Amino acid sequence: MNMTYPLLSVIIFLPLAGAVVLMFLPRSNPSLAKKWALVWTIIEFIVSLPLFFNFNEQTAQMQFVENVPWFPELGISYNIGVDGLSMLLVLLTTFLTVICVLASWESIKDKVKEYYISFLVLETAMIGALCALDLVLFYIFWELMLVPMYLLIGVWGGPRRIYAAIKFFLFTMVGSVLMLLAIMVLYFHYGAESGSYTFNLFDLYNANIPIVKQYWLFAAFALSFAIKVPMFPVHTWLPDAHTEAPTAGSVILAGVLLKMGTYGFVRFAIPLFPQAALRAAPIILTLAVIGIIYGAIMCIMQSDLKRLIAYSSVSHLGYIMLGLFSFNMQGLEGGIYQMLNHGISTGGLFLVVGMIYERRHTRMIADFGGLSTVMPKLAVFFLIITLSSIALPGTNGFVGEFLILLGAFRNNVSFGVLATTGVVLGAVYMLWMFQRVMYGEITKDENRALKDINKREATILVLIVFFVLLMGLYSQIFFKKMDTSAADYLQKFQTKVEMLQTAGPEAR
Amino acid sequence: MAEYIWLIPFFPALGFLINGLFGAWMSKRAIAWIACLAVLMSFLASFGVFLEFLDLPAEARIYEINLYNWIAAGELSVPIGFRIDALSLVMSLTVSGVAFLIHVYSIGYMEHDPGFRRFFVELNLFVFMMLTLVTGSNMLLMFVGWEGVGLSSYLLIGFWYEKDSASNAGKKAFIVNRIGDFGFLLGIFLLFLSLGAHGVWTLNFGEIQQHAHLLNGSLVGIITFLFFVGAMGKSAQIPLYVWLPDAMEGPTPVSSLIHAATMVTAGVYMIARLNFLYSMSPETMMIVAVIGVLTAFFAATIGFAQYDIKKVLAYSTISQLGYMFVAVGVGAYAAGIFHLMTHAFFKGLLFLGAGSVMHAMSGELDLRKMGGLRKKIPITYWTFLIACLAIAGIPGFSGFFSKDEILWKAFSSVNGHLLIWGLGALTAGMTAFYMFRLFFGIFHGECRASEEVKKHIHESPHVMTVPLMILAFLAVVGGYVGIPHVLGGSNLFEHFLAPVLGGAHQSAAASSPGFGLLSSAWASSAEASHETSLEIMLMVLSVIIALIGIAIAYILYIRNTGLPGKFTAAFPGLFKVVHNKYYVDEFYDFVFVRGLLRLGDLLLKVVDIGIIEGIVNGLGSLNQWAGSQLRKIETGIVQQYALGIIIGAIVVVGYIVFSPVF
Repeated sequence: MNMTYPLLSVIIFLPLAGAVVLMFLPRSNPSLAKKWALVWTIIEFIVSLPLFFNFNEQTAQMQFVENVPWFPELGISYNIGVDGLSMLLVLLTTFLTVICVLASWESIKDKVKEYYISFLVLETAMIGALCALDLVLFYIFWELMLVPMYLLIGVWGGPRRIYAAIKFFLFTMVGSVLMLLAIMVLYFHYGAESGSYTFNLFDLYNANIPIVKQYWLFAAFALSFAIKVPMFPVHTWLPDAHTEAPTAGSVILAGVLLKMGTYGFVRFAIPLFPQAALRAAPIILTLAVIGIIYGAIMCIMQSDLKRLIAYSSVSHLGYIMLGLFSFNMQGLEGGIYQMLNHGISTGGLFLVVGMIYERRHTRMIADFGGLSTVMPKLAVFFLIITLSSIALPGTNGFVGEFLILLGAFRNNVSFGVLATTGVVLGAVYMLWMFQRVMYGEITKDENRALKDINKREATILVLIVFFVLLMGLYSQIFFKKMDTSAADYLQKFQTKVEMLQTAGPEAR
Repeated sequence: MAEYIWLIPFFPALGFLINGLFGAWMSKRAIAWIACLAVLMSFLASFGVFLEFLDLPAEARIYEINLYNWIAAGELSVPIGFRIDALSLVMSLTVSGVAFLIHVYSIGYMEHDPGFRRFFVELNLFVFMMLTLVTGSNMLLMFVGWEGVGLSSYLLIGFWYEKDSASNAGKKAFIVNRIGDFGFLLGIFLLFLSLGAHGVWTLNFGEIQQHAHLLNGSLVGIITFLFFVGAMGKSAQIPLYVWLPDAMEGPTPVSSLIHAATMVTAGVYMIARLNFLYSMSPETMMIVAVIGVLTAFFAATIGFAQYDIKKVLAYSTISQLGYMFVAVGVGAYAAGIFHLMTHAFFKGLLFLGAGSVMHAMSGELDLRKMGGLRKKIPITYWTFLIACLAIAGIPGFSGFFSKDEILWKAFSSVNGHLLIWGLGALTAGMTAFYMFRLFFGIFHGECRASEEVKKHIHESPHVMTVPLMILAFLAVVGGYVGIPHVLGGSNLFEHFLAPVLGGAHQSAAASSPGFGLLSSAWASSAEASHETSLEIMLMVLSVIIALIGIAIAYILYIRNTGLPGKFTAAFPGLFKVVHNKYYVDEFYDFVFVRGLLRLGDLLLKVVDIGIIEGIVNGLGSLNQWAGSQLRKIETGIVQQYALGIIIGAIVVVGYIVFSPVF
């Protein structure tokens, strides 16, 4: 890429441009709006591909960097870039957005234009947050994500959508406000320490923060991100949000928005406050393990398919946190890989449930049974995605989960062993769910006439299953992209922790 | 051939893909051909390697190849790699050979099933995974196969998924196996990290073996035990055996292939594969042998009191697997693999025979409604008889050689014990008894079936009987590859496996009488000749025990058929307990299944809805209250608000800047 073509900016703002165009399309022609959205998101996905193919695997430096002053007097800059830790997440976002548009094709009949505008704005916000290397810029994108998601749930959601949307909004806002405060404190601290006031992330990495202050700042960031993840015990907004959101909303929420929380830990909370992160690790790890087991047990109890998958996210995101806070290569790479996997697999599960919901207008497990007989094609896809979710070797889930558990075990045997019990529980709730929905005899007459998936739906699921298998069987093409960045990340983390530890008590 | 060994597991994968993706547009005939050919190709490829091996010196008989790097993160780097040595070759020959025969048999057995294509797709998937398990060159690829066979087993047990009992059984199998895999995974972690602590980061079998000496004994004890937990699940040993009897819900060829001949023996293979680790930990070996012999005995007792012919065979499988674990537990790895192979022949045959009986009897499984089928289905009758004689350990049949080898090693090996031998020998007698109870019940006496069923009794088509006959042939001659020295043979089988499992000479040296009570009495005069006569004596003894078992079955079920009824009437309680499998399933259900549900209910109501939502909603109400109070300062004058914001901001920022804490 030559310097004159700002690839990242194009990727970030292309969806927004699409949204602007959408605004001028006639409201009377909803099918034009969705066709426009589909074409536009596909173009966006294609435009984002060079990120993968032109990515330099040899360097841990930020790539595709654009850095121009924005409010120089305040030290705010438009500073964006990706490394091996974030690049794949950007691609996941552009990929899943296409899937989401396809999945909304028939289910969204109301305010179609506005719906796709929300989606495109959301895409810009998500990619922006993943690429931002300036804290103010990050915060703007971070907050910008909230609005379209709030609308997606609140306008196009289920019967209790208002309750769910407000709950989602309030939970996230609480975290955001604390994070904003912490950003300001960090800004002033670094300014006072170095004499240059800046929001540039890489400058702030070098801040020398006394340990007590680090604790407070880490706590503020961590709470904000933990709500987003969500970690136990701040997870209760998620089942409501997922249940009420439209299918595509759930897909993007599980697929990308939750990853903002875990990504936030990777990019901000840990490297900005390494020592506090290390000291807080036992707490985070404990909550992660509780989340894994607790989320799984909650899944067993659910009678609503979407709620079940939502709780399974709590469990799976627990794995990711466990990996990230193991502070070794297996844990970190496994954690990042699992972010991608979870986007594919859980996204896939929501898609399948959405397809069933469109036919039956119920999500209650008890209303199903025996669907394999009438929907044999769906059964195959559903099975593969289910197996990916329970991390069967050969699927993507296994690669991530194995690495995470290995990393966790290496870091601390008890956490490793406890988390591994999730492997058993995962099989329990997923297979039981699958059995109740797909196997047995058809007991409800409404289910007898259900049509198997159509071509559009098959396309969606083929794409999902393609990645399930590719990432499960040939993971090295993805790991190659993150190896250098991950190794460098951990090495810097170690250096900083040691530096602060050897500096002695007076430095604290 | 060495570069092409990956084809051995690949052929069935190809069959799986072709039938899976395009089978919907193909004829049944084409599907069956492709599925069978795929497995046959694997067998031929394995056989090709075998022929090459014969020309190679024993220590050169290892082919290894890496296809590509599968998972790499930090020090961990796992390739998709395959390894064929004597052990995996014996396994892949047995697996693909038996699987081929069962595939052919299934063409007839499944002919009228609407799920014909799905059946062969899943059966090919199974063979692919099983061959991956036995030819994978590292622990992780073994685990891929290990879970993969679990998946195909899950799918095939629940093949008739409309039946709740079938889908429940499939789920149970998968979950119980996952409990075992929990141990297996932890074993992988611990092994990888313990070797890593010495700077050796590998999961490759060859490299693990090369560096195993770096590990200390107690660590190896834990590692090997964890792997054995995996084996308990996969190979249905106490306490994780409960899924296997339920697995009989699957079509009978599945029971034969997966739940008798191949998959369930994976645990035995795994221990044999890691024999160098197990040999380092006598404690784990002892646990393996004790669990093995207890399972063998315990399952045999349940086999006494079952009327469902497939259930009897299932418990007999559990029992026979127990024998194999006795073998590997006392360090007689080759004997374990030997029994694994002969068992694959005769137990595969027994199940296929049972399938043929069901075919004749319109699907009947209840022993009480059979009888007198000898004349009507002669081929099934004779082949079934051969299998029964083999499993009973009658001289001349394959089971005799392998079982006797195990019993002798259990007695004589340093890791053996008189009690293990004793219980093993007793179980042999029990096995002979309940197998012939089954045999007489099906084929002799009066036919107890309904008139409607009687009219339709017929011998199975050739596509089913030919595999029966081939397996019957193998169930006889399969044992001749391992005739022990004491009977004038040279135990070719053990010699062939010696490069992997330790030399035949070495085990002969180690076979001086161990710490058993009786054997220590012999220790003083442990001359070779004494040992030989002792071995022959024990052999004769176990044959006598088996004959007694058959004789009792003959008396009870042919001569004096009223006796069993009187016996059960005399001890109704005991019979009921045994017939209900000692209520172990009920116990597990109460403690684990219901326990988990109770815990979930408690957590949902107390923690999620009670505490967490309580706090959140409490904060909400607090907010409302605060809002109503604060409304008083809501004057609507914008200047006042602005002033408030500025003052607030100044206070916060000032505090931050000047605070000593921050």
